[in-house]
Order: sequence, then C-alpha cells, then structure tokens
Amino acid sequence: MLKTIDIHINGETLCVPENITILEAAKMHGIKIPTLCHFPDQRVKANCRVCVVEVEGNRNLVASCSTPVREGMKVRTNSARVRETVQTILELIFANHPQECLTCIRNANCELRQLAAEHGIREIKTDMSTPLLPLDNSTPSIVRDPNKCIKCGRCAEVCHQVQTTGILYSHYRGINGAITPEYGKTLAEVACVLCGQCAAVCPVGAIHEKDDTAAVWAALENPNKHVVVQVAPAVRVSIAEEMGQAPGTIAVGKLVTALRRLGFNKVFDTDFTADLTILEEGNELLQRLKNGGTLPMITSCSPGWIKFIEHNYPEQLAHLSTCKSPQQMFGALAKTYYAEKSGIDPKDIVVVSIMPCTAKKYECTRPEMKSSGYQDVDYVLTTREFGRMLRQSGVDFKALADGEFDNPLGISTGAGAIFCATGGVMEAALRTVYEVVTGKELAKLEFESVRGLEGIKEATVDLDGLPVKVAVAHGLANARKVMDKIQAGEADYAFVEVMCCPGGCIGGGGQPYVTKRETRMARMDAIYQVDENMPLRKSHDNPAVQQLYKDFLKEPLGEKSHHLLHTHYQKRGL
Amino acid sequence: MSTFRELDGYDRVFNFGNCDSSVSLSEYQQTGGYEALRMAIGNPKQALEEICRAGLRGRGGAAFPAGLKLKMMQGNTEKQRYIVCNADEGEPGTFKDRFIMNHIPFQLLEGLTIAAILAGAENGFVYIRHEYPLAQENIKRSIAEAEAAGLLGDNILGSEFSLHLKIFSGAGSYLCGEETALLSSIEGKKGRPRVKPPFPIEKGLWGKPTLINNVETLANIPAIIAKGSAWYRTLGTEDSPGTKLISLSGDVKKRGLYEVPFGTTFREIIENFGGGMKEVFDLKAVNIGGASGVVVPPEELDCPMEYGKCAERGITIGSGAVYVMDEQRSILGNVHNRVHFFLHESCGKCTPCREGLRQVNRIIDRVTAGEASLKDIENLERFTRCMQEASFCGLGQAAGNSLLSSLKYFREEYENSCVDCVEKTSERGELC
Repeated sequence: MLKTIDIHINGETLCVPENITILEAAKMHGIKIPTLCHFPDQRVKANCRVCVVEVEGNRNLVASCSTPVREGMKVRTNSARVRETVQTILELIFANHPQECLTCIRNANCELRQLAAEHGIREIKTDMSTPLLPLDNSTPSIVRDPNKCIKCGRCAEVCHQVQTTGILYSHYRGINGAITPEYGKTLAEVACVLCGQCAAVCPVGAIHEKDDTAAVWAALENPNKHVVVQVAPAVRVSIAEEMGQAPGTIAVGKLVTALRRLGFNKVFDTDFTADLTILEEGNELLQRLKNGGTLPMITSCSPGWIKFIEHNYPEQLAHLSTCKSPQQMFGALAKTYYAEKSGIDPKDIVVVSIMPCTAKKYECTRPEMKSSGYQDVDYVLTTREFGRMLRQSGVDFKALADGEFDNPLGISTGAGAIFCATGGVMEAALRTVYEVVTGKELAKLEFESVRGLEGIKEATVDLDGLPVKVAVAHGLANARKVMDKIQAGEADYAFVEVMCCPGGCIGGGGQPYVTKRETRMARMDAIYQVDENMPLRKSHDNPAVQQLYKDFLKEPLGEKSHHLLHTHYQKRGL
Repeated sequence: MSTFRELDGYDRVFNFGNCDSSVSLSEYQQTGGYEALRMAIGNPKQALEEICRAGLRGRGGAAFPAGLKLKMMQGNTEKQRYIVCNADEGEPGTFKDRFIMNHIPFQLLEGLTIAAILAGAENGFVYIRHEYPLAQENIKRSIAEAEAAGLLGDNILGSEFSLHLKIFSGAGSYLCGEETALLSSIEGKKGRPRVKPPFPIEKGLWGKPTLINNVETLANIPAIIAKGSAWYRTLGTEDSPGTKLISLSGDVKKRGLYEVPFGTTFREIIENFGGGMKEVFDLKAVNIGGASGVVVPPEELDCPMEYGKCAERGITIGSGAVYVMDEQRSILGNVHNRVHFFLHESCGKCTPCREGLRQVNRIIDRVTAGEASLKDIENLERFTRCMQEASFCGLGQAAGNSLLSSLKYFREEYENSCVDCVEKTSERGELC
C-alpha cells in the first residue's frame, strides 16, 4: 500500500503520498504553484525558480518542483514573501525579454505572458533591454529566436532525453548563457532532424514552426492556381483540440468543411496514399523476404526519422523501405494522375499538406521529391498553422457541418487512419500482408501487441505457419536502441516501424500545445475509434487505390511506382 | 574580556613547521604523523565516534557536521563509492587550502585516507584548482611517496583497506567549488550545480555515493583522532569546537594565515593576530567570508567567531577570509568589484542569479559612476534579496551578501552617490 504522510500547505493539513515533491502534493490538492521550466514527462530541472515556496525552518525559499515532502512539513505558497519573489523573478525575465508580445507567434498561448498576467506584473521597474541575437531561420521547418529564450532548458531536455539527437544544449555561462546548437551554429549546419519536439515544449516564442500560412493564403487567392489540400491522419484527431475542444475530439467531417471554407479547390486525404503505401511497402517486404533482400526492412514515412538515420546510421540505409512517405506519394500523384484525370496542367496545381509535423516542411523540399517534374508538395502547414488560418478566416469550427473528402484521392480505409499512432503502420501492413500471403481473411483486425505507448514493442506474427518477428519504436531514443541492435547484427526482425516522435504523428512537433502523455493517449484512442468507424479497414480493400493501379500504376513496385512512389536516401553523417 | 589565547605547540591542529618548505613524510611521521591512521585502521568505529564527538564541521563554508556526513555514507549499501577532496579554493581572499597543500600535504592525505576508510571509498580525487600548480605538484609527489611507504594504495599499512587517489585539475571556474558542480566537472560535464536531493552521499560521482570534503576539514581529522575529541573540544567553543584557519588580508600590519580558535572575536583577530591597522588610518569596514561574505562596520567586530553567534548577527564565516579596509577604501568600489566577480562566475543556469546579476551589475555600475537614482537603490536591494531567496545554488544565494550588508551598514555611501539625493544636492550647492 502507498505510504502517506501529513504536510501543511497554507495552514491546511493534507495527506499526501511520501516521495513526491511539494509541487506534486500541491497540485493533488488543487493548489496551483506557477512553473516555467517544469514540463510533464520531463526530469526536474529547477532552473526557472518561479515555483519557489516558503518552508518553515529553511532560511531561503525552496523550489517546490525539486523539494520532496516530509512528514509535518509546513509550506506556504502564497505569502507576501513568496509573491514578491515570484513577481521579481518574472520582472527580471521581462527586463531582458523582447517587448513584442503583441506580435509574437505565441501571443495567445505563451506561458510566460500567462504567468505575468496571473501575477499582476504591471510595470518593469528597472532598465529594459533587448538582446540582439540573430534569428535562426536556416531550415524550412523551425525558427529559433534566441532573443526570446528564457533558458528553461525544456527543449534541450527533449532533444537529449527523448530524441537523443543532442542538438540543443546550454552554451557559455552567466548572462551570456544560451541554448543553441554546437558552437552557435545554425540548425541547418548540424544533424538536427527538424522533428520540432523542441518547439512543442518551448513555453515562449523562442522556438516555433516556420509559418507558411501567408504563402498558402496567396495561392488560394491566385485565380490561376488549382489548390488541392491533403490532410494527414493525425490532424483529424487534433484540429478540434487546436480549436479549443478536448484532446482526442474527432473531427473528420468538420475538418473537410473547414478546408472548403478556406477556399481549397479539392479536399483530399493523406490516408489515401497511406493505403497506397501499405500496398507498395507490403509488397516490398514480401519481395525482400522472398528474394533475400536486406532485412529487417524499416518504415520510411517519418521524415524526422529518415534524417536521423541518414545522419546517425548512414551505413544502414539499405534497411529503409524505398517507399516515399504518404505525403510525398500524394504530391507525386496529384501532379500526374490527378492532373491527367482532371485535365489540369500540373504547373497550375498547388499541393498543400496539413501535417502534425515540422519535418514534413523540410521533406517536401528534398531535391528527390520532384518526380512529377515539379516540386510534388508545395506547402506544408502544421496543425497549429492550420488552426491559425481557421481563426483568421473566422471559422467557428465547432459549429461546422460535416463534409466529405473529394474523389478520388480522398477515399481511404481505417488502416490509413491509424498510420498516425505508433504501431499503426505496422498494424495496417500486417492486415494486408497477412491476407496477401495466406489468402485467408483476418478474423481479428486489431493487433493489440503493437499498440500503446511502450517505447519499443516487439511481436511475432504468424502468417499461416510462417512466423514473422516485428518491432515498433517511437521517439528517437527508442529508435536508436533498435538501430544499435540492428547495426550489431543482433536483431532478427523482418519488419520494423519507426516513428520519430513519441506516440507517433499524433505526438508530432506541429501538434497543438501542450502535448503530454495523457494528450497522446487521448489522440491515440480517438484514431483507433476513427478506424473502427470506417466501413473499410484494410488498405488493399480501398477501391480508389485499386482503380489507381488499374488505370495508372498497373502493379505495385511497377515501373510507374518506381518512378513516382519510391525514393533513395543520402548518407549524411554527423 | 579576551577569549583569545596563544596556541602553544601542543594546542594546535595545524603545525606548518618551517614555512619555506613542505613538511616531508619522515618529518611528519617523526612528529606523530600517521599515528591517527594506524588508530583508525585498528578501530574504525572508535575513530568515527571521535570525529562525531569532536563536533567537527565542514570548513568549506556550509559548516555541515563532518561526522554525520560520514555516518550517512556508512548507511549506504552501494559498494562502489568515492571520496573527493574539494581543493578548488576559489573564494577571493582565501589561501588556507593552498597553504595546507603546499606545506603539510601528508596531514591532508592522512585525513583523507582516514575519511575514505570510514566512508568505505577505495577511489578518490583531489580536485585542485588549476591556479595552484605548486599544490598540484606537491600533492602529486606526496601521493607517490605515501603509496611507496604503504600509506596509500592497496592494503594500506597491511590492512584490508585500500585507497587510490588521483588529482583532478579544475579549469578556473569559481562555481566548481560548489560540490555538485565539482562532481559534474570531474565527470567531464559542464560545471553546473545539480538538483539536491539526491545529495552526493546518496548519488555523487557517476551516480555513486560520494563523500566530498574541504581540504581543511580533512586535515583536521588526524589531530582529532590522535589527540582525542576531548582535547579537540578544549579548543574553540561548545557550539563551534576546534580552530579555524583565517586568511587575513587588507590594511593590517601582519597579513597572513592564522590558526584561530573558535570564539575569538573578529576584533581580536585583527588586533592580536594582525597587529592592528597598517597605517594611521582608522578601520572602516571588514569583509568576512570572502566575496560571498558580508561587509561589516567596526561595531560588529566584537562578535565572536562562532557559527551560532555569527548567524545571529548575519555574519558568514564562510571560508575564513577576513579582509580589512581602512577609511581610505571605498565600500562601493569593493562591492562593485564583487558584483563583477559574480557576474563573471555565475553559470547562468537559474533565473534569479543570471538575470538578477545582469540587473544588479548595471545598477552598481551606475552607482559607482554617480549616475544612479534612489529608485535604483531600491531595485538593487529587491533584486539582491530575490537572488538570495530563490537562487538554485549557494553562488546566487550568497552573491548579494556583501551588497545587502553594505546597504545595511553603509547605505549613505550609496544614496550620496545618487543624482536625486536631496542632502547631497544641498551639500554640493554649499561647496560650490
């Protein structure tokens, strides 16, 4: 049984579990203590000090996030001494913070601005100064504004502990202290995978997605352009959250209507090419198994993961499936198959993606991604940017009626939808591979063993007497563990799914603030619900995909597929 | 009236011998050196009891009971443990550890070895700041000699105890004197303080239980064991037994290092040990405890040097640096210098220290340039108090000590330098 102790907070006696912090104890009893560097699921940093409280017997205040409770402890969280100290800390931060709140990208959801409002900061009583450090907008994905950085260390923590990319860390000391890539280089000059997890945890406007909404507005306004949009699976379970509803709210139909309202000529679905990916990738796997190709084969739909393996395991690229990601397959087909079918000159087609991801912005600019003869995908917007466009155009999201995706690139199955949860690509592939190999119908579609938030999931699937060992990893720390095993020749998997972000795309770097474990769980539950609600749940049953092969591609891994749907990788190194 | 008494040959913890050279191993042994180690190996339990009974407290600044720390080490079941000697003596105006390492290295090594045996550590580091090349050289040589004599290394004096010591050179950061920053520095990481708890005795070097003590603390141990805790307690006071090495500098006749029994007043330290003021000028203020210490006026000097009484008076004994200022010295200049020092040495990890020092430094620059306003002085006090209350580690908490104490005792110097000080304006009018 959990051992409990009695402590006193603000004169109230509270029974709390032992071995927790004052901050946790206070939270359990509805007492709010302000925090900045604290982030759910991260280690305690105790840098920002805005969570200081008074503890009887201590000379100075203590940080509640790092101080464990003890029997009989007397804590005050709201004394004049605490309030004055917290106000002074906030004032000290503001005194060296750009006074750009009105125009800051985080204006509506900045944690620092929120604290200032809550703590009644009305005046900065000392000299204000603004640091004048150069902006890092060297990548298509992420913008770093070191002037707004409050050195809380959340980004470095996620970069080191969750992703093990180790790009951002604290440099120099004292007032010159900065959290930057090595030697003050830009993100483009280092092995950053552009996953955007740093942006997802930044409390202020110091790291954020590169905003491409202006370019998309311009395309929509241009009468000579035919603008089509594709929506990633994860966005249908997060856009409602971005628009103020609870995490895990499903909004497939409203999402389509919202996009029509914005003026897109066609509203298509990345789930369609997710299904297509399964057919290409599933056949590639079977071919590798049959012909003694490089095994395990590893999925290739996550661009952050692709960049990671190119930098960190350049000798292991043969393991990667040559399939492009669903986003890029879509772009290539939109400007060939769809252009042909609709009789529109591909040079006049603009392809916009709505993605949960910042790395997708970079993926579409890769030089290989021009198989239609044009840049296959023109603009990528994150869920957050999409939300911004909806707000700008006055869409009352909750009140929207449901709409239907357009044909043919809008038809999909439940297998395509679950791509966005860790284990989803694996499950979708197994649903198809099983039936192709065995010729039998699956009795149960759900592969529970590859679902859930465990870091590395392993399973052995019985393909009618042929056991196939698979693994699923999400978050690059877990991917690294699996890769180390593969590199050492100690892995006997046939097929491995890797997603760059924890939880898969539903936890992507472009998703609504704040993504923590419970939020990931809620979005995952929602996407499995979407899958269950679909009339078709196996990729090979997708009639639009069948039609595509019949009319255009001819066969999986055929010549056209090779040209449009497959790619190659670069050895980048560190 | 006086609690001061000359320490005779016997009643000393430290015997620096001939100050021109380092006491050799044979000289040290001839005067009873390494007797304590033999006793500790023979009866470790008794040795630990003596240290506890002696009431020895850490001499690095925090004054944590040394015996209690050792007992806490013994309570840990982890097999791999470390001992670290903190010889990063970075507190400005402090030179006691250097003196010990340069002159009586074997007394330090003996104390270190005893502590390691009691703590169950078989490996250790002496973390010496890189500004002390002679000390590094001397300790290195002494470790080799002790090993050759069977006093260090495997099976010390034929017993089952072993201790392997290495020297680790600091790289110039003041903050690395903070124990957890020091451990990070040895691990090859950035010298920044870590979250406590866990404390080093639980999770120290590479996550293993680590006993970390200051040079002077460890060098006290041989005398306590050889002569007994009862003898040790004849020195000093009930609250603070033993002696403290005082680094006396500034405007006194005889600057230098003195072994002073606890309970001696600061005035006695200046008058009796330091021989009084150097010049004809009067005593204006004394800085006690180094850069992180306080600045006090002559009226405060009758406070006995004793942890309890000093704490009551807001005086920090710290590392034992006593810097005497005569009336020619500027308090503002002194504080200005210290603020610059801390601005340079702050690691930048936590908000109050980093941002507080940024602002405090700007204001103090204006104060010394005569361009500050009275509002600035208010902010100075507010920001410094915030640093003291909320900083992550001792550096930020103590960085404002000299500022706050000087504002308490010498506020008029600050206010007179302000552009909007009323009295000053009229005074200037008269003068002009």
